[in-house]
Amino acid sequence: MALLDIKGLKTHFTTDDGIVQAVDGVDISINRGETLCVVGESGCGKTVTAMSILKLIAMPPGKIVAGEIIFEGRDLAPLTSHQLDEIRAKEIGFIFQEPMTSLNPVLTIGEQIAESLRRHEAVTRKQALERTIEMLQLVQIPNAAGRVHHYPHQFSGGMRQRVMIAMALACRPKLVIADEPTTALDVTIQAQILDLLQDMKERLGMAVMLITHAMGVVAETAQRVVVMYAGKVVEEAPVDELFGNPSHPYTQGLIRSIPRIDLDAEHKTRLEAIGGSVPILINPPPGCRFASRCKHAMSICTKQEPQLREIAPGHRMACHLGDAS
Amino acid sequence: MSQYILRRLMIAIPSLLGISVVLFVVLALAPGDPFSELATNPNVPPEVQAALRTKFGLDDPIYLRYLHWLAAMAQGDWGFSFVSRINVDTLILQRLPTTLYVIGSAQLLALLIAIPVGVYAATRPYSLFDQLANTFAFIGFSLPTFFTGILFILVFSVKLDWLPFVYTDVPGSGIPWLLEMIRQAIMPVMVLGLFQAASMTRFVRSAMLDVIRLDYVTAARAKGLGQAKVIVKHVMRNAMIPVVTLIALQMPAVFGGAIVTEQIFRIPGIGSLLISSILANDTPVVMAVTFVFACLVVLFNLIADVLYGWLDPRISFR
Repeated sequence: MALLDIKGLKTHFTTDDGIVQAVDGVDISINRGETLCVVGESGCGKTVTAMSILKLIAMPPGKIVAGEIIFEGRDLAPLTSHQLDEIRAKEIGFIFQEPMTSLNPVLTIGEQIAESLRRHEAVTRKQALERTIEMLQLVQIPNAAGRVHHYPHQFSGGMRQRVMIAMALACRPKLVIADEPTTALDVTIQAQILDLLQDMKERLGMAVMLITHAMGVVAETAQRVVVMYAGKVVEEAPVDELFGNPSHPYTQGLIRSIPRIDLDAEHKTRLEAIGGSVPILINPPPGCRFASRCKHAMSICTKQEPQLREIAPGHRMACHLGDAS
Repeated sequence: MSQYILRRLMIAIPSLLGISVVLFVVLALAPGDPFSELATNPNVPPEVQAALRTKFGLDDPIYLRYLHWLAAMAQGDWGFSFVSRINVDTLILQRLPTTLYVIGSAQLLALLIAIPVGVYAATRPYSLFDQLANTFAFIGFSLPTFFTGILFILVFSVKLDWLPFVYTDVPGSGIPWLLEMIRQAIMPVMVLGLFQAASMTRFVRSAMLDVIRLDYVTAARAKGLGQAKVIVKHVMRNAMIPVVTLIALQMPAVFGGAIVTEQIFRIPGIGSLLISSILANDTPVVMAVTFVFACLVVLFNLIADVLYGWLDPRISFR
């Protein structure tokens, strides 16, 4: 049985202009100890999907209107925020995108890690402090025993992201959701943080749901990949299968848009980009949401919405291309 | 820390000197003269008048008079009240505790209302509670204290006869005296406190709303801390930083409001002393009282700066 099984999740936002269908029927499942990458452009619903799991979106205006979020056999979708407090950090940890703004500037980093330990485990202040120092050592913060009493502004961006990881992992959750953990960092630090995450995952045996828009990150870390577009899953496959046999035109576009140092020099090819941008998700037109940007769009694409179907073992996609009919 | 406070006090000296120069010049230029009464009194011969003016140095150039005043002030001689016939410092010390008692209670009341109401309203924006709080806040700061003061007197003293409307300096001690002191302070404290609370509530609410949607608050929620702890530990602590500024900056207005309120309720504080001294042309008292107000304002700004450093570790005392 999967650790987390999201079925038909719909999260909508009420705005003055209408209802934004930010996440519209998403199915994602994550197995124990697995790294799953969720990819897609900005604004395609990755973050909202992740935040919906722990109800961290602002409600109102956001609302989970349909779907199930089965975590270890228990549906989280109908739980109140108060009931979810038992799951947050204890069972599911969350690493945020912006290390510069995700730490409270007026509390020491030690306090911010320890408070989650004290909330979920029967530890004394002293034990919590010791465990916090251990966590900081684990995420390779030098001089952890001294740094534990420092404030966020005394750390660099990369160091803060290490603190964020220590904070998310302090209670040894079974699942960690990392929402673009490296996007705000510079490239050399990105690799270190991804390595650290990978290392922590192996040591603590947790599953990771890594949200990213960088295909390079996907190739390096994922076992399985879910591609999202405009609030829907358009393709899902094991990582080798996805890169070897990308089937949805959007996935193909994403892969072609990765700069490749080996090809460019020989073939003098231009880097491909996908034209246009994600459509506004208020009253989206019927049919495939990618149709307006798709090179292969047919007449059926604007009339009928393609359903996810299995095209190879473990490889599913939603596109009319190659339909039997 | 103590070094920081010491240095801030040193910095306060030039600003207080500046304030005293301005006050002195304004008062010197103002019409009216402590000896105007003597001038119209036919029993005092002109030679005596002239001798007195020379004795008190009233015809000296303004800078000499200022230096004279400053030198005396520095030595603890605050002058002599022409009207009350006692030393100004004694007079102020008699009056200051009452003012501090009333203003302090009013500020305390304002904080006790503004913080819980503002915080709760911010956690449920646009709810019924929030709308009610906003409505009362708008009413509260739209009504000036001289209006609400008279309204309160009409309702609670004249109609209902629950509270005395003239503040008296009741002699005595013990519980009955204490109760009387509290009873007669209720109306002025309510009038001043509610006025302060109204604008402060709005400010606390908006400061809370600014912080509540920040990333680190979401991060705190993701730790499963629970609403109350997230609000108090993560949101309030940060939201209080701008609120402290507001309270400190409002202090001059609070003293200004207190002058009016003291006049309405006949509170024997330094505010009513200031007004009666101005009316009686009692310049040494006017000078000293305004200078005390200036010192209090500077002091509250210093307190605000110290609170800053305590609330926000990014500000270091250097």
